[in-house]
Amino acid sequence: MKSDALWLRAQIMKAVRDFFWERGFLEVETPLLIPANAPEEHINPVITTSSWQLQTSPEICMKRLLSAGHRKLFQISRCWRSDERGSRHLSEFTMLEWYCADCDYHTLMADCEELLQHVARTCRPENPFFEHKSATINPFAPWQRITVQEAFARFGDCEVWECLRTGLYEEKLTAVIEPALAGFAAPVILLDYPAELAALARVKPENSNLAERFELYVGGLELANGFSELNDPLEQRRRFEEANAARSRAGQSVLPVPEPFLDTLGSMPDSAGIALGLDRLVMLTAGADSIDDVVAFTPEEL
Amino acid sequence: MYTVADLKKGLKIILDGDPYLVVAFDFVKPGKGQALYRTKMRNMINGSLLDRTYRSGESFEPASLEERTMEFLYKEGDHYTFMDQQTYEQVVMEEETLGDAKNYLLENLKAEVMLFGEKAIGISLPNFVNLRVTATEQWAKGDTSGNDSKPATVETGYVLRVPPFIEEGELIVIDTRTGEYSTRVKG
Repeated sequence: MKSDALWLRAQIMKAVRDFFWERGFLEVETPLLIPANAPEEHINPVITTSSWQLQTSPEICMKRLLSAGHRKLFQISRCWRSDERGSRHLSEFTMLEWYCADCDYHTLMADCEELLQHVARTCRPENPFFEHKSATINPFAPWQRITVQEAFARFGDCEVWECLRTGLYEEKLTAVIEPALAGFAAPVILLDYPAELAALARVKPENSNLAERFELYVGGLELANGFSELNDPLEQRRRFEEANAARSRAGQSVLPVPEPFLDTLGSMPDSAGIALGLDRLVMLTAGADSIDDVVAFTPEEL
Repeated sequence: MYTVADLKKGLKIILDGDPYLVVAFDFVKPGKGQALYRTKMRNMINGSLLDRTYRSGESFEPASLEERTMEFLYKEGDHYTFMDQQTYEQVVMEEETLGDAKNYLLENLKAEVMLFGEKAIGISLPNFVNLRVTATEQWAKGDTSGNDSKPATVETGYVLRVPPFIEEGELIVIDTRTGEYSTRVKG
């Protein structure tokens, strides 16, 4: 059983690489061990004895490469997030990220459609669909795009800002909205998140309460998170400080700020970038309900 | 103390004074959001199920439970008394807590008693017990009704179905997991 999943995983890796190579993206490798990640309120990095951290995402280095003049980049790399373990989470997992200059989040949504169709066609040629918890999802059917506000009103029966204020946002999203999204026959994109839920994204020009951020859901499983990148270093520093202040209030450690990233952010062109959980893409392609079924070893087996 | 990071299936914790067993657990965390620890727990005293969701920073008191071999001494009303043969310590369990186990309790039977502090909250019996039939109808020879079993009462008062050839005074083996007749003890 697991051996089939490992073959499928290898095929998906190859299909993803081919997809980006054919589109002229440069495949890069950036350091996994770094002095500072982007401080976020709810992401805890694994901190090594030297006080350096394992990356929680290659985001910081990818954007520095955009600032240095590269225009289309992708990377498949391991990321670590402390104490995240469940049927869809591993503390060490594999992330696919891609970035492009002179793009916005709409470009990324289109990329997602093409990528998922390519993976389904290449890795499941007989039956080019995804499967999750007994649902079949067709990436060739029209994708739905729903704003976060609309999703909360329609499925959650509650106003998203109200949910955020009362601390019910996560509960509503995972217990009510995600299961509702599982009922869609095609992938669904939730877009335009409240700005406070998008620490590194650009806000919408016409409404600064909303960020140009989206999440891709397939069969109710959150697969990717993309956004138009914030490239204002002052605003970015302010948000890092805000994240650290929130961590401090919650009794969490205050994290170091990645200064060289902020130093170069001003020269980053208008760009967009996205992170996609590759283990979850393997789950969907294999029809596996647990992330344990698509990795060579789980931490418990080590 | 346990933290949310310790939560997993099989963990035993104290909640509102009662011991609970975590029977299902999942970690959920929406992108950029706070982590939620979703659990389903069984109250180890009354068996009721409970769904609870926790967040980072919450902690739990471990429930320390001890299993001890004890001997059934006697029954008084709906109270059953057991004794640890080594320490001579006695515990009393109510009929409700015993559940089906009460059907097989004969004096001097040895069983594993689950203790939560001083309180006995459960019992596990041997898989098979021998009990004597105290009442059952005579098997009428030539009975053509087609019944392949008949009711029988054993010495604890428990009534079960047995094959027609079993007679009063016979010793039979009962499977305590199903409550069913297993075989007859020869001799």
